[in-house]
Amino acid sequence: MEIGLSHYLTVSAILFTLGVFGIFLNRKNVIIILMSIELILLSVNLNMVAFSHFLNDIVGQVFALFILTVAAAEAAIGLAILVVFYRNRGSIAVEDINMMKG
Amino acid sequence: MGLQAVFFYLFAFVAVASAFMVISARNPVHSVLFLILVFFNAAGMFLLTGAEFLAMILLVVYIGAVAVLFLFVVMMLDIDFAELRSGFMQNAPMGALVGLILAAELIVVIGGSVITPQAAQSITTPIPSPATRTNTAALGDLLYTNYVYFFQVAGLVLLVAMIGAIVLTLRHRQNIKRQDISRQVARTPATAVEVVKVKPGQGI
Repeated sequence: MEIGLSHYLTVSAILFTLGVFGIFLNRKNVIIILMSIELILLSVNLNMVAFSHFLNDIVGQVFALFILTVAAAEAAIGLAILVVFYRNRGSIAVEDINMMKG
Repeated sequence: MGLQAVFFYLFAFVAVASAFMVISARNPVHSVLFLILVFFNAAGMFLLTGAEFLAMILLVVYIGAVAVLFLFVVMMLDIDFAELRSGFMQNAPMGALVGLILAAELIVVIGGSVITPQAAQSITTPIPSPATRTNTAALGDLLYTNYVYFFQVAGLVLLVAMIGAIVLTLRHRQNIKRQDISRQVARTPATAVEVVKVKPGQGI
């Protein structure tokens, strides 16, 4: 059986759903929420690359490269904010994040 | 079933199983390690679709930098993760419901859709044959010509992220000894050495 576009799209749909499910499941733990966002971005990248391959257009890969850049920047900033927040409050529980100015 | 299909199913199954472990693992360190496994398998699927450069970037940038950064932060923060998991089971049914609906919708849309044959005519930059131009070179051809402004903006985004992360996490602690070079250079024998006359038979 030939592996087609829909196979890749299904895998990336499942990965995307698991990422959303992870945000619901770990509502208190910011680190796991950030990892879930990484999963979501990865599934989007998989979509881009699969469409690029099956439509024979390389622009999809260029776009996936930019998504990768933004995802890396987002992870770095998110973790930096997390570290600063932990220093100020001594906790990373989501329900403690209710101050506008720390 | 060809070799490609075998590897596709292997990569897909391991990726989905370890993505599930990422969100359900008890220990966040295990979550990060499963995230690395997901990235490895996604890189394998990138290779199967011919995106070799992206697969290697995923390995180097994502596993080498981002995932290790996650590992760093998880191990640096001293947090009671068991307490953070309270309410895990209460959120599960709602999350599962939303997740199932989302997955069903996505898969129904994907299964019912076909790509119009006219899409092939609107393609402006076809992938060159790997025999004549490697994937990396083909990406570079496009990235440094048509997409050069986007490339510059991507660099700026990374620069801003780097400066932001440093500004956020850098702190000058009081009460610790630091080297102050201008003070060291400004020292003279007059300020540095104190001559004390000690009388015989008495201490200081």
